[in-house]
Amino acid sequence: MSLAELICPAGTPAALRTAVDAGADAVYCGFQDATNARNFPGLNFTPEELAEAVVYAHAKGTKVLLALNTYPPAGKVDLWRQAADTGARIGVDAFIVADMGVAEYIARTHPGVRLHLSVQAAASSPEAIRYYCEHFGVKRIVLPRILTIPEIRAIRKEIPCEIETFIFGNHGLMVEGRCSLTNYLTGQSTNMDGVCSPASDVEYTRHADGSMSSQLAGFTIDCFGPEEKAGYPTICKGRYTAPHRSEGYYAFEEPVSLNLSRLLPELIDAGVHAFKIEGRQRSKSYVRGVVSAFRRAVDDIREGRPADIADLIALTEGQKQTQGAFETKKWR
Amino acid sequence: MATSSDISHRPSWRNGGVVSRLACATVQPLLSRVVRRIAARHTSLFARLGPHQGTDYLIDPVELPFALHLRPDPKNLLFRAVPRDAMPRGGAVIRGRFLLLLELIDSEEDGDAAFFSRDLEVTGDTEAVVRLRNALDDMDGSIADETAEMFGPPGRAVLARLRRSYGNS
Repeated sequence: MSLAELICPAGTPAALRTAVDAGADAVYCGFQDATNARNFPGLNFTPEELAEAVVYAHAKGTKVLLALNTYPPAGKVDLWRQAADTGARIGVDAFIVADMGVAEYIARTHPGVRLHLSVQAAASSPEAIRYYCEHFGVKRIVLPRILTIPEIRAIRKEIPCEIETFIFGNHGLMVEGRCSLTNYLTGQSTNMDGVCSPASDVEYTRHADGSMSSQLAGFTIDCFGPEEKAGYPTICKGRYTAPHRSEGYYAFEEPVSLNLSRLLPELIDAGVHAFKIEGRQRSKSYVRGVVSAFRRAVDDIREGRPADIADLIALTEGQKQTQGAFETKKWR
Repeated sequence: MATSSDISHRPSWRNGGVVSRLACATVQPLLSRVVRRIAARHTSLFARLGPHQGTDYLIDPVELPFALHLRPDPKNLLFRAVPRDAMPRGGAVIRGRFLLLLELIDSEEDGDAAFFSRDLEVTGDTEAVVRLRNALDDMDGSIADETAEMFGPPGRAVLARLRRSYGNS
């Protein structure tokens, strides 16, 4: 059986302490700049805050993983190099990277620190994963959310590194690291600026009938009826009209969150080493609730007991959840 | 929990007029004291607000007879009760039931979940709201409890009663 480490999100120092206290085996976080894929206003850590957070986490036996999982634009790689140097000096336990240049810099400059390959690298074949392992010494791959459990099991047999899979949170289905939908509308890049649907371009409008529309850069993404549950203003979860679908339909994916709480034993059996909870942009309340629920579930499984799966539906996008491709490729 | 229809259809006395202005005058001294105390004890809040220290936030507890106007400028802090017919325009508007807003400030509830369920409404400057949310979420302790504590046993009793009344509603 794999260790089934619980990898938990932290957008602020307070959220990190909450995750640690709720039972995280490792916490992942980022700096307040474009070096990570949750570069949101008011979120993330200064170097001083991260140094204090590492001391707090290590004192309780929790690892800290630093996300440097965006792609440096041409000529701007120094920001990523400096972030890696700062992280190594602070004593983070691993870097989560996507860009080959960043991976190579860390492998060469800080060979003592583990490298994890971010989902942003979109490596989903044994050949691609082995390439990162052989050339940069990657120790763990975070798999895209588009693989079935049998596919994960097959990949595990052909690669020399650990596997981490998402088990809860955002159910983004674009090819991660390649998605340019936000860039198309706003001019900002999810993959280089670290922002998907930047808040500065988002506007919500409340209508007299109680409905609410969400716009990104002036384009309407969705309009929710008075009693309808809402979702994030991301293009991939937008509801659109078309000549043949005048009533509006979700072209890519509907507002829904991933929840694999019932598949944890199968994932462990397939060789998954670590479970990732998405949500660095979420509150301490979310972190506390989700981390403690999965802590109990994983501990139950480790002890051979039926997992105690808490009801997390209230925390899901659109108050809907799915097992997505992990259950079947035909979930849509 | 409030629904959007609760938010849309409130009695007219809650939107302005004599009752609203009297209520504003009554609570204003308390608000000024509370915000000064919170600002002094949680100075890191302002760094996360960044360029939005000068933004006008309208916090609208739907069942109260007034809204709250916050401008979190550490050099010139403003937190005042305003009748709804005299609310300043622009900035960011955050609307929901009073206890939900308190629980969001204290991270007892998740803001995204409250938004998904439509119990929380956000209009105006979305980035300002996100910054305020993240700044508040990084605070340790409970603003509600700290505020109640400022007023001793009567303050604690009022907060406990408030929580009970919402819990039963």
